[in-house]
Amino acid sequence: MTDFSRLGVAAIRDGVANGEFKAVEVAEALNTRVAAAKALNAFIVETPEMAVAAAQAVDADRAAGKPLGKMAGVPIGMKDLFCTEGVQTTAASHMLEGFVPTYESTVSANLWKAGAGMLGKLNLDQFAMGSSNETSYFGNVISPWRRNDGDNAALAPGGSSGGSSSAIAARLCPAATGTDTGGSIRQPAAFVGISGIKPTYGRCSRWGVVAFASSLDQAGPMARDVRDCAIMLEAMAGFDPKDSTSLDLPVPAWEAGLNSDLKGKRIGIPREYRLDGIDEDIAKMWDNGIAWLKDAGAEIVDISLPHTKYALPAYYIIAPAEASSNLARYDGVRFGLRDLPEGAGLQDMYAATRAAGFGEEVRRRIMIGTYVLSAGFYDAYYTQAQKVRALIARDFDNAWASCDLILAPTAPSAAFGLGEKNADPLSMYLNDVFAVPASLAGLPAMSVPGGLDKQGLPLGLQIIGKALDEQAVLNAGLAIEQRSGFTAEAGEWW
Amino acid sequence: MSEYRIQGNTGEWEVVIGLEVHAQITSESKLFSGSSTGFGAEPNSHVSLVDAAMPGMLPVPNRECLRQAVRTGMAINAQINRWSRFDRKNYFYADLPQGYQISQLYHPIVGEGEIEVTLNEKDPDSPTKKIGIERIHVEQDAGKLMHDQHPTMSFVDLNRSGVALMEIVSRPDISSPQEAGAYLKKLRSILRYVGSCDGNMEQGSMRADVNVSVRKPGGELGTRTETKNVNSIRFMMQAIEYEAQRQVDLIESGGAVVQETRLFDPNKMETRSMRSKEDAHDYRYFPDPDLLPVELDDAFLEECLASLPELPDAKRARYEALGLTAYNAAVLTAEAETAFWFEDLLAEGVDAKQASNWLMSELFGALNKLGKTLDESPVNPKQAAELLGLVADGTISGSIAKQVFEIMLETGQGASAIVEEKGLKQTNDTGAIEAEIAKIMAANEDKVTEYRSGKDKLFGFFVGQTMKAMQGKANPQIINDLLKKALG
Repeated sequence: MTDFSRLGVAAIRDGVANGEFKAVEVAEALNTRVAAAKALNAFIVETPEMAVAAAQAVDADRAAGKPLGKMAGVPIGMKDLFCTEGVQTTAASHMLEGFVPTYESTVSANLWKAGAGMLGKLNLDQFAMGSSNETSYFGNVISPWRRNDGDNAALAPGGSSGGSSSAIAARLCPAATGTDTGGSIRQPAAFVGISGIKPTYGRCSRWGVVAFASSLDQAGPMARDVRDCAIMLEAMAGFDPKDSTSLDLPVPAWEAGLNSDLKGKRIGIPREYRLDGIDEDIAKMWDNGIAWLKDAGAEIVDISLPHTKYALPAYYIIAPAEASSNLARYDGVRFGLRDLPEGAGLQDMYAATRAAGFGEEVRRRIMIGTYVLSAGFYDAYYTQAQKVRALIARDFDNAWASCDLILAPTAPSAAFGLGEKNADPLSMYLNDVFAVPASLAGLPAMSVPGGLDKQGLPLGLQIIGKALDEQAVLNAGLAIEQRSGFTAEAGEWW
Repeated sequence: MSEYRIQGNTGEWEVVIGLEVHAQITSESKLFSGSSTGFGAEPNSHVSLVDAAMPGMLPVPNRECLRQAVRTGMAINAQINRWSRFDRKNYFYADLPQGYQISQLYHPIVGEGEIEVTLNEKDPDSPTKKIGIERIHVEQDAGKLMHDQHPTMSFVDLNRSGVALMEIVSRPDISSPQEAGAYLKKLRSILRYVGSCDGNMEQGSMRADVNVSVRKPGGELGTRTETKNVNSIRFMMQAIEYEAQRQVDLIESGGAVVQETRLFDPNKMETRSMRSKEDAHDYRYFPDPDLLPVELDDAFLEECLASLPELPDAKRARYEALGLTAYNAAVLTAEAETAFWFEDLLAEGVDAKQASNWLMSELFGALNKLGKTLDESPVNPKQAAELLGLVADGTISGSIAKQVFEIMLETGQGASAIVEEKGLKQTNDTGAIEAEIAKIMAANEDKVTEYRSGKDKLFGFFVGQTMKAMQGKANPQIINDLLKKALG
């Protein structure tokens, strides 16, 4: 009997289409695995009946000879940042606990239209703010991975899409949605040894996705290989007139365009990413990545992205600034939590509701954002950060004169232990250092597994491409995938 | 133009006024959502997910609202900014679902322009003055709180939430309540002509924030106060008068004007402090990251320009060229609907002077008596043209026309039908008229003698008597001719 947990998106889609198995069998098998993996805390809400219903519809369509969608029969996890009609959507916050949207986000609707089914809503850092999943109101997700030192310390699955990364690595689902504001798809993918791509800003509609930082937020797929990412991105992307920042462009056939022959491609290696004191294992993996791409026919060139060191500070001004405004709507008036102390007036209600509804990290970022937008500080912080953002984008533009893609580590370290970094927000923020520049420039960027470190934990290689050139990014990812021989899996301890 | 001065104990004071007018843009749907902008609907019946700021909802600009702002800018000869941008103005209030208002602080869609005002629109010799417009920007309206629905709670109605407003900001070029009134009237007239705002202050679709300061003539600018949300021209003029006097009294008694926001209480005819600068919000304006900059191309701008109607100043000049008096031309063009009524009459073939005189004397008088606006007139231009046509072709006399008009107002019947039914057609029967003239001359031999000895004025007496005897239905021209012959 087929172990459906071992099948990826393409394999399930093809198996269902060819009649090797029924979509319902896949859905039921994965529902069982989800139900048995509560120890990972990857799901906030499980929706087994929805996974089955979607699978039945696909089976019926196939029986009736109707054409099947790109994701037909594939059960997936949905990051709980996407509003889903009739299913609680929390952004992992107390503020939205019990909030049931009457509408479906464009991206999730696109996936259902393509024949995917929903296993449940995946845990994340609260309002997507965090790099370890420890800010979730519903408890942190645990990575299925463990260090090889035998102490069985619980590790962070990365964040903010930590429920997605953990669930895929634990083979609870073949793929899941993620969102990436400053690395929230790539860093968790790297931490658990899977692939994930943040497309060009504007490829995926933000309509119906709980907003963190509007100018940076971008949805993307996470899966166990590059092909699966390409398939799912095709299903998610597309112009949406309901999102003014959505790109009015046709969705390329990324899967059909996959080609790991990189002859003629120049790969830039940014010298500024080679930080002092870079982790030895990370440096080694990066060198391996360079060798693999060379082997695939690419030319390696040294490039400079001179403003890299200002990216993180600029990001931690712009993202909180937008967040402080985006999260103003959670005020207890129309939906979500309302804390109305006895005899309270409007201001008291705001204060009580927001103090109770937002976790510490969310409150911290609202405070930072409010501060940097305040009269007297706006120019020194926000305006300055926007200038840095323009310079970062220009760095990339200049780099494209000498290269087609950029290769770098995804994160400066392997997964850290839960509780190891959350006392010091700054060290947590530093984990985004390699991810943030591509976010600020709105460029497509992908993480693929690059190997294991000395502790036996996965490391990720990041490929950054030109705007709209997801195809080249995916192709380079595929070339690495074919050469890295990455087959390591987390032991099934839960 | 006018030298408006406040007489204080320390001498004369000059008043400096600037207006920020919020005008609701005429459009079917809201600025960033497809919800209706209809007035007077059940609370919360015109609210979309976007208007209620549900999680993950995004604004999409309504092109028509931008078009109306651009057309308005063109009508005041303003600079149109091909590149503009929306900013968020952040503050918390229960009627503001997003927690911010989408507005335009840094890059408004319309830049500098000007409006020429005449202090007395009806006086052709009245001096004019140009009031500078600093900018027009587009922004969202907020919802409304209802405090009278529940003993301990306030209710929120979001029907207005997200409705498009233009904020039209004048330069502090206004120096008297009369000028402010003339400016607001002229602005309202332009908006109505352009069709970008109905200018209805009672329903709140136009309201003004009034900035007032005082200074010694030609001296340094004083500290200003802002009186918010004044919703009639009369109240605005009263608010300025009160506020300027208050500031003069305050300064002269040794105090200082505080920069603050005030409210006008029309019952007490006074302004009251609402909040001081210290309590002022820090709105934390920043560019709205959900929206792309607004870029206007040539085709769009050309269409806006081509769609502009003839504006009041141009219309007024054209009416004068048609032979109307300066006064009539001014009155007929002051409001777009009056001008359109007048032009409808012309389109029905009525002579310009006849149309203008009839509107000014008959229709306006009648509407006044009925307490109705031109919009609510029981007689439409087509019906009026039928009546005036009967006068022009000699079917009825002017005095009969007045009677017929009254019946039209009461019954809604057509003029021809009334004339027919009541037998009001004027008679051209010379025999009948001559018979009456003979009777009148016989009964008034003394007056005949007086007339013949040179008292020409008595001719009118004979005309009146004859017309009375003919029950008003005789053709006045024929009466004239026959009388002249009979009286010699």
